[in-house]
Amino acid sequence: MASIEIQSVTKSYGPVPVLHGVDLSIGDGEFVVLVGPSGCGKSTLLRMIAGLEDVTSGEIRINGRRVNEVEPKDRDIAMVFQSYALYPHMSVADNMSYSLRLRKTAKQRITAAVAAAAGKLGLDPLLERRPRALSGGQRQRVAMGRAIVRQPKAFLFDEPLSNLDARLREQMRAEIKRLHHEIAATSIYVTHDQIEAMTLADRIVAMHGGIVQQVGSPLDLYDRPANLFVAGFIGSPAMNFVKGQVREAAIETGDGSRVALPAALELAERHAVIIGIRPEHVRILREGERDGHVAGVDLVEPTGFGTIVHVRLLGEDLKVYTLDRSAAEVGRPLRLALDAERLHLFDGENGIRLN
Amino acid sequence: MMTPKHLILMILHRLAVLAYVVFALFPLFWLLKVSVTPNNLLYSEGVKLWPSRPSLEHYVFVLEHSDFPTFFLNSTIVSGTTAVIVSIVASTAGYAMSRFQFRGKYWVVGLMLLTQMFPLVMLIAPMFKMLSPLGLTNSLSGLVVVYVAFNVPFATFLMQSFFDGIPKDLEEAAMIDGATRWLAFRQIILPLTLPGIAATLGFVFTAAWSELLFALMLISGNKAATFPVGLLSFVSKFSVDFGQMMAAGVLALIPACLFFLLIQRYLVQGLTAGAVKG
Amino acid sequence: MPSTARDAPRFDDRRTAFQKLGCLLEPWLYSAPALILIVTVMLAPLVLGISYAFRDIKLLDPFSGGFVGLKHFYALAADRAFRGALVNTLWWTFTSVLLQFLLGLVLALLLNQPFRGRAIAQALCFLPWAVPSFLSGLDWAWMFNPVVGPIPHWLYALGWMSEPANILANPEHAMWGPIVANVWWGIPFFAITMLAALQAIPKDLYEAAALDGAGPLERFRSITLPFLAPTIAISVLLRTVWIANFADLIVVMTNGGPADRTQIVASYIFTQAFRRLDFGYASAIALVLLVLLLVYSMLIVALRQTLLARH
Repeated sequence: MASIEIQSVTKSYGPVPVLHGVDLSIGDGEFVVLVGPSGCGKSTLLRMIAGLEDVTSGEIRINGRRVNEVEPKDRDIAMVFQSYALYPHMSVADNMSYSLRLRKTAKQRITAAVAAAAGKLGLDPLLERRPRALSGGQRQRVAMGRAIVRQPKAFLFDEPLSNLDARLREQMRAEIKRLHHEIAATSIYVTHDQIEAMTLADRIVAMHGGIVQQVGSPLDLYDRPANLFVAGFIGSPAMNFVKGQVREAAIETGDGSRVALPAALELAERHAVIIGIRPEHVRILREGERDGHVAGVDLVEPTGFGTIVHVRLLGEDLKVYTLDRSAAEVGRPLRLALDAERLHLFDGENGIRLN
Repeated sequence: MMTPKHLILMILHRLAVLAYVVFALFPLFWLLKVSVTPNNLLYSEGVKLWPSRPSLEHYVFVLEHSDFPTFFLNSTIVSGTTAVIVSIVASTAGYAMSRFQFRGKYWVVGLMLLTQMFPLVMLIAPMFKMLSPLGLTNSLSGLVVVYVAFNVPFATFLMQSFFDGIPKDLEEAAMIDGATRWLAFRQIILPLTLPGIAATLGFVFTAAWSELLFALMLISGNKAATFPVGLLSFVSKFSVDFGQMMAAGVLALIPACLFFLLIQRYLVQGLTAGAVKG
Repeated sequence: MPSTARDAPRFDDRRTAFQKLGCLLEPWLYSAPALILIVTVMLAPLVLGISYAFRDIKLLDPFSGGFVGLKHFYALAADRAFRGALVNTLWWTFTSVLLQFLLGLVLALLLNQPFRGRAIAQALCFLPWAVPSFLSGLDWAWMFNPVVGPIPHWLYALGWMSEPANILANPEHAMWGPIVANVWWGIPFFAITMLAALQAIPKDLYEAAALDGAGPLERFRSITLPFLAPTIAISVLLRTVWIANFADLIVVMTNGGPADRTQIVASYIFTQAFRRLDFGYASAIALVLLVLLLVYSMLIVALRQTLLARH
């Protein structure tokens, strides 16, 4: 097992910069998820850790040892590819034992290692099959088995679940988490799916435009996002945003309504701000409750457990998430209150968190 | 449900295909027909579609009384060796073109394109003068060297498009598993391009089997003669003995056609694969 | 490091010199055998050949080899046989390419539809390409020969000929012999490349067009042709150059005759080199041919650039 240090790492393809200076420290046995939209640089960073891309500047250290110039085959890390990259002309057993065969490991040790990994992943009946005779989920497990067999210093996952259908993805997510508890290996996992990030990670690294936006535990990012990007990316349904201006120690929104400032902040008059509030923190007031704001209901989306209500509030289209199925009807206005404790405030210019 | 219009179109389609097949096969059929027409019937039954008394006398003559077996053997050796060497050389070169971006790559590609463009006849004179002090004229090895060089550019292009059809993650997975690029190439990628190698082997074999001008130029005398040279010498030597020449022709065709029939499917596949990958 | 991408200059490159060298050399090592072969066996003689154009090289004359400057080119300018060969080359190339292309395209379209027996039909239609060109030439020559071949008799029966005679002996029509043989032999090349290109066209485009109400001709025009255009362009360009250089059939079928009416520049070069052993003159002709082909190629490239720029 290993710790991985990433220091001031940048990456450019010719004149085009892709990563602008990433600093990250990954502890032994930690499960870190790199999450962000396409093109944010997460896969590039992963590949640089693997040694498949060169480091333009900065340093990557595995267990304290600089590995910038070390070939992938000498870094002792294993990778699970998005496309699985299984060797088509080899059986599952051969696929899994390839790395050991390259190292001229003794045959008995190979068989034992393959059997152990296959056991953990339920691959025993499939050992003699070719990849083309396997389903997507099975191939995914073979790809993981191939990585486990090597007992590497670290596991790298490059969007491994993207090619699976929704049901399978849920299943595999749980399996990956369970495996991590069993093997407790240092793992770096890349995905664009924030649910995977939330459920799998010990720590999440949110990336956008080649820059690390925030690093922290899943709930840290959920409860206290550091900027607009993280706030809007983490959590589903996504956070609501309302633009406004600071006016006499309160916030005036586009339609003239006033919202109290969430904390004692020193802000200039007419400073542009953005209020963030999660759909589940907008409360639908009952009959007879006063205060709150009036909102028109545009659309109601039942999802079985909860209901997403699309409303027009404070001059913007917002979503409300309620567990009460009968709370809303299209056309019937609602009285809504924003939970003041859960209000996020972001700077209108640079999106950075203010409270 | 087949409307009358559909039916007519289908019939026309099949007829058109049939027309092409007949056009393609008729000359070969004619070759066969004359080769089994005994000499005495050759002129009198010139236009009939099949001799009244087919005989294998020409084949017997060609196989037993002429230098034909030598020609066949020489052509097989030259074509086979050329095909194998070209496949090996083109595999590594095609792999380089497919996987690497390097300074000078465009020069190399341009060079290969250039070689496909200029008239090979223009090399005949200097080639002769270059090879004769090396003792490579009138030898099979000389021919092999020449043919290999001529075929490498196109073969490289063919192999490159096959390699383009194989995802790069496979090598990356292998390199992470602990393989050097060379090992990954040999153990993982190459086995997956067997159709490409088959196509290249077939294509080069056919090309070398047919080559006439350089063989004519570089080979004199029958010991090292390949088919084309040998067959043409028939023309002058026997004052046009059609029956025998056709028999020799039919025999010459067999390996080339067999090989080609086996691999033509891969050729289409290979050209498509390259196209799909862009 | 696997050089899978171009990188900016590294400020902090601590690879050993050996590693750096290895990384740089890797692609060259893979391409080396091919490159060495091409350079030594094709480029070196090319350069030598170009030099011969300016020297007097007669194989059987031990005293030849001296530099003669532009003497060959002057002779070339006055050589009527050469000019005839130029005209013949144009005729030969144009007709062969046009027929091969049209017939090959039709065949590819026919084969693009699935039908029972398609695999066999395809293999058989492509078979002519496997036939050695010289054999194809001889075969067709025999078929055109009234003594052993059926064609003159059929043409006579159809009324196209006044008597069954050998086309190849007729100065007016002799060129058709090699052209027909060339077309027979060359259709598979066009058919194979077009078929590959046709199969790469996504089927849903046709389905969408059919739903929109486009008939087969319209679908061909607006979907098939634009997709095929690049492949057509490349195939035609390559084959034109190749056919202009293709002397085998002519040498075998007519040897340039009768009366030099089927002589193309490429076969003329061969005759000069092989039969008269005048390497210097042959090289001069070859050089002219090379220049003409280069000009042709550059025109095509320029045309392509202007077309691309316009879009």
